[in-house]
Amino acid sequence: MAKQPQKTPKKPEVDTTGHSWDGIEEYNNPLPRWWLWTFYATILWAVLYSVAYPAWPGIKAATPGLLGWSTRANVQTEIDAAEAANAQINAQLASVELTAIADDAELRGYATSAGAAVFRTWCAQCHGSGAAGVAASGYPNLLDDDWLWGGDIEAIHTTISHGIRNEDDPDARWSQMPAFGDILAAEEIDQVVNYVMSLSGTPQDASMVEAGATVFADNCASCHMDDGTGDRAQGAPNLSDAIWLYGGNHETLTQTVTYSRFGVMPAWTNRLSEAEIRAVATYVHQLGGGE
Amino acid sequence: MGGIVQIAPLFWLENTIEDVEGVRPYSPLELAGRDIYIREGCYVCHSQMIRPMRDEVERYGHYSLAAESKYDHPFQWGSKRTGPDLARVGGRYSDSWHVDHLRDPQSVVPESVMPKYGFLENRLIDGEYIQDLLETHRMIGVPYTDDMITNARADFTVQVDPDGDWDGLVERYPGAQVRNFDGQPGISETDALIAYLQMLGTLVDFSTFTPDASR
Repeated sequence: MAKQPQKTPKKPEVDTTGHSWDGIEEYNNPLPRWWLWTFYATILWAVLYSVAYPAWPGIKAATPGLLGWSTRANVQTEIDAAEAANAQINAQLASVELTAIADDAELRGYATSAGAAVFRTWCAQCHGSGAAGVAASGYPNLLDDDWLWGGDIEAIHTTISHGIRNEDDPDARWSQMPAFGDILAAEEIDQVVNYVMSLSGTPQDASMVEAGATVFADNCASCHMDDGTGDRAQGAPNLSDAIWLYGGNHETLTQTVTYSRFGVMPAWTNRLSEAEIRAVATYVHQLGGGE
Repeated sequence: MGGIVQIAPLFWLENTIEDVEGVRPYSPLELAGRDIYIREGCYVCHSQMIRPMRDEVERYGHYSLAAESKYDHPFQWGSKRTGPDLARVGGRYSDSWHVDHLRDPQSVVPESVMPKYGFLENRLIDGEYIQDLLETHRMIGVPYTDDMITNARADFTVQVDPDGDWDGLVERYPGAQVRNFDGQPGISETDALIAYLQMLGTLVDFSTFTPDASR
């Protein structure tokens, strides 16, 4: 075993604090200089900071600080700068004829990209991030060429601006299908459901179709038209194209006829600027189904 | 000295909250919905605080004001966002979207990781203790009037009944929305929760109010 050097207690080069517990004494070493100066610097920093930035509370408000720094002012500046950068093209977008947007390549490119961003922020939650809607839940697919209220750019623009069946906007598109559960007998509903199924496919019970046609003509044709092709002026869906908002099977259709449906879309004029609404209208219009 | 520097500013805490027109205490049904929101731990994933940054303002709307959560006990601020911020979710979606989304979030937002809350629909509530709840909130500083407290249970019930006599409710709580939120008979926890969600961030009219930039 190697010989350990003996430790000899040396006389301390610094004083002790004079405290002694069970013979254990405490050196009174000075703080490291770098640490001490850093500490003083932080105090100085705090004082300067509290003068330069909002800090000390007063009776009415806190001191504003010499630099005049303000989160609110900063974010406003940032927003203003972003708006100014796009001001020209936004103004152009908001003022041209809606139908002219598609003809101007630059405007169309801008509106489509800006509209895609608006869509993903505000519309995707219902219509899906790919705009395919939610089948069987009543959130319309925006990719196909089946439109409830019209699929040209102007109709889309109106729908986005004012929404559908909401209470916030007096110009919202509005129509309401009656709940035929209170009007028709269960048998008549069964008949008309079979007739509606026959318009675009195979009815569950072919023997009911004929009777259903009469029920349809008496109760449904005024909105859905004699041939079931619907009426866009009142958002009455086309029943003959095999595209369904809530589903086209016997069970779902029976529910729709019995209790009716009441799909709501918010109005966006309060939340989005005219340019943003036009941008997203352009985006939706060019997705594939635009007319 | 250290104590004074740390404690004294709290006495002037009130002056950090600006006066904003439109902010009112929660209606009884909204307050019940808020309790469900807290009970279910919605705040674990959702904040209610839009920070003053351009990207947040563009996504969620006007940045939150302190006054908008001055009747919140406890407040629902935060920066932990697994889900989106909800400070201005009111009016952004339809009631039936909320019903669909609470039942099965993935049915409308496939990429969502939110759990299902369909069971709330089956839990009916009758507002038995709603008056006590309002009184408790009054005790900690929410200015509920005697009128509001006396009518608490009636207001609670009528807010889901558009055919009822809800004039008093709207007078006491301006901007309160009266609808059958979940579309089903009875007052369920879903009704209360949607009533709460649909009013979030809707009380201040930013077309007439401009926040003081120096704050």
